[in-house]
Amino acid sequence: MIHPQKGHMDSPAFLTKLSNGLTVHLKEIHTAPLISHWVWYRVGSRNEMPGKTGLSHWVEHLQFKGTPRFPPSILDKAISREGGVWNAFTYMDWTTYYETLPADRIGLALELEADRMVNSVFDPAMVEAERTVILSELEGNENEPLFQLGRAVQQASFRHHPYRNEVIGNREDLLQITREDLYQHYRQYYVPNNALVAIAGDFRIEEMLQRVREAYEGIPAGDVPPRNVPIEPPPSGERRLEVHGPGETAYIQVAYRALPAAHPDFAVLMVIDSLLSGPASLNMFGGGGISNKTSRLYRALVEKELAVGVGGGVQATIDPFLFEITITLPPVYRPEETLKAFDEQILRIMETPVTPKEIQRAIKQARALFAYGSENITNQAFWLGYAEMFDHYDWFVDYLERISRVTPMDVQRVAQQVLNPQGRVVGFYIPEDNHPGGVS
Amino acid sequence: MRLVRPEILQTLPGPEDITRVELPNGIVVLARSNFESASVTLSGYLPAGGLFDPPEKPGLAHFTALGLMRGTERHHFQHIFNRLETVGASLGFGASVYNINFGGRALAEDLPLLLSLLAECLRTPRFPVKQVERLRRQILTGLAIRDQDPADRAEMMFDEILFPNHPFGKPTDGTRETIASITREDLLAFHHHTFGPRGMTVVIVGAVSASRAVEEVQRCLGDWVNPLQPSFPEIPSIPPLEQTVRRHISLPGKVQTELVMGTLGPSRLSPDFMPASLGNNILGQFGLMGRIGNVVREQEGLAYEASTSLNAWKDAGTWEVTAGVNPSNLQRAIDLILAEIRRFISEPVSWEELRDSQSHYLGRLPLSLESNAGVAHAILNLERFNLGLDYYKRYPALVESVTPEQILEVSRRWLDPERFAIVSAGPPME
Repeated sequence: MIHPQKGHMDSPAFLTKLSNGLTVHLKEIHTAPLISHWVWYRVGSRNEMPGKTGLSHWVEHLQFKGTPRFPPSILDKAISREGGVWNAFTYMDWTTYYETLPADRIGLALELEADRMVNSVFDPAMVEAERTVILSELEGNENEPLFQLGRAVQQASFRHHPYRNEVIGNREDLLQITREDLYQHYRQYYVPNNALVAIAGDFRIEEMLQRVREAYEGIPAGDVPPRNVPIEPPPSGERRLEVHGPGETAYIQVAYRALPAAHPDFAVLMVIDSLLSGPASLNMFGGGGISNKTSRLYRALVEKELAVGVGGGVQATIDPFLFEITITLPPVYRPEETLKAFDEQILRIMETPVTPKEIQRAIKQARALFAYGSENITNQAFWLGYAEMFDHYDWFVDYLERISRVTPMDVQRVAQQVLNPQGRVVGFYIPEDNHPGGVS
Repeated sequence: MRLVRPEILQTLPGPEDITRVELPNGIVVLARSNFESASVTLSGYLPAGGLFDPPEKPGLAHFTALGLMRGTERHHFQHIFNRLETVGASLGFGASVYNINFGGRALAEDLPLLLSLLAECLRTPRFPVKQVERLRRQILTGLAIRDQDPADRAEMMFDEILFPNHPFGKPTDGTRETIASITREDLLAFHHHTFGPRGMTVVIVGAVSASRAVEEVQRCLGDWVNPLQPSFPEIPSIPPLEQTVRRHISLPGKVQTELVMGTLGPSRLSPDFMPASLGNNILGQFGLMGRIGNVVREQEGLAYEASTSLNAWKDAGTWEVTAGVNPSNLQRAIDLILAEIRRFISEPVSWEELRDSQSHYLGRLPLSLESNAGVAHAILNLERFNLGLDYYKRYPALVESVTPEQILEVSRRWLDPERFAIVSAGPPME
């Protein structure tokens, strides 16, 4: 049981594995005539080699380009016509596809996902058209100063590990990746024994399990390439970098090597993040967040006029990724002074135990965020699969429980371990102060 | 034809499960219970938006809205946010052209707290000097970021061209000059003269009985009066463009060019609205961004995003196409989009396309109304546009009655490609 309150959180999930290795998670929720269906693949930028960055994301795009049975013109319209939504996301550790539909139309999602697990065409002309679409997506990102800064900080934070690359890939790689690279990546990783189907909504479990078997169990298992992810040495010394670009606004981003999600202390790190920069939400769809105006960093930086905004976060990943804090500087800025005040807060959390009251607060905030997210079937189905990509479903089930067990001593101990200045990257975005453009 | 099943119709908000009460001071309260959830969503507005800005101070309503939570007669900024954040609740204010908007959510047990804070911030803000200066820096930083954002810049210029010397053509968040010049006294005076209960709407959806929700609003806001509250200003009429206007905004250092092009559109109250809305869905939304997405993204691979939107308010609207493209593909994208518009106004859409979009409009109802926030948004629009509490019961018939000929007629009335505003923003053009 996840949520002690009323709401949908108390219906148990049904977990099983089919004979071809496909993991299946089902959960009945009868609050609205809707079903959300997700397929997760254990593949993302973490599985990519140098020179081939962006493969996983590009494959995700091509999964919308049709199979013999569902040509793209039909595919595009089928879900919309039924009043559903569908989309996909590629991340460092995983790629996921979802459809949320009126309950009586969910058969379409099962058929479509089972079909494109094996039968996508990867038509060469479409591969080429998608190359420019993805370059356009990248160029849209590159218009954003924070993308430029984040990319530089991420690259500087890892020497070997693929986490150093943006999921969308490097421009040079996107220009030379071939249709064969993409198709091979697809065939290697899109197999049932590397996938998980999660479905939540208005159905009966026995009946849905039968439909899942009919749709997916005939797909043969495959050989998933072993994960030879390069070992990343611990960081040696603080690194600083500057990114120069258009704009008038300066930013600082500080990145510490975080803990992997499956680590017993990961919940402690979530609490540390909450205390420093405000509570983070696990919701992807609706629910919204909570402001962070009483967080330590807001008080120390924004209320001292050293910043106009601050935010941070830690992400749940297989290998250690980053705990990142981003600070937006005021029109007249003194980055070193801001960083000094920031460091005082880091030192404080390392040296002075927090009060139990502060931890209680973080727990209630996490509870509220869960309640908000659970109103939404799509979120619920997302949660049903998400944790399995970096740990196990229990990670999610026990999440609030683990947060509520965090003690002030834990916070101090993990802060001392993670927030070590010798292990961080500090990036500055320095605006080139060109004045907003002329009109022609 | 019946595209929506009767059992779905029964779950839609309607007169039998929405409580609507008008308090003696003019506040309209709308409430709908949902005990499946553990939380409550609060949403609403009062008529004190950018339309009420003095001509020399655009951005005043916006500044005032953001200042409401910065300290009240009874509580400091940190106290206000401590109460909210401690219980995992949220509350926020913003300004649009017409209104000051507010929204928040909390676990059901914290609804009284949420409404008390709403009332306190609306009725007795103090705008402390230090907070006003801090907020000013935050707004100025936001405007500096906005002024470097190609999409924002293109959108602002688009509005300026379609609504010259008109409140709809001015950015609600003001300019750096006006934000720099607004004083604490301006904020106090704007609040004093403009904020009041008349025309205010409060929607509450979630794990609370409707009667309890109404009582809580009555308790916090029932005795609010402001005899100074002004009536709604006249909205000047808006003539269409006489010819196409083309502008490019140069933002050195940017990589991608953002494109916004289009015309005026029907208001939300116009009989043209529903045919235009379905037509818009066919033109640039359905599936992966409709006909325009199909040509610009799918066939030509020119853009990650190329879609259309119909933005309809009480007195006017816009019908626009947006896309983000590589600068070298800009003219090609504009030409392709104009060609699609010309096709759209020269022949009726097919019945198949229309049936697809109608089916989409009706099929998506359960999804758009599954959460408290979705229902609150829907109810707020019923009130805002005076659609009637039975609107969702009538909605299937409204959608299904639209014909291809109506869409053609309405599109011809509004979408004239010879009188388009075409704005791009990005790297300097060669």
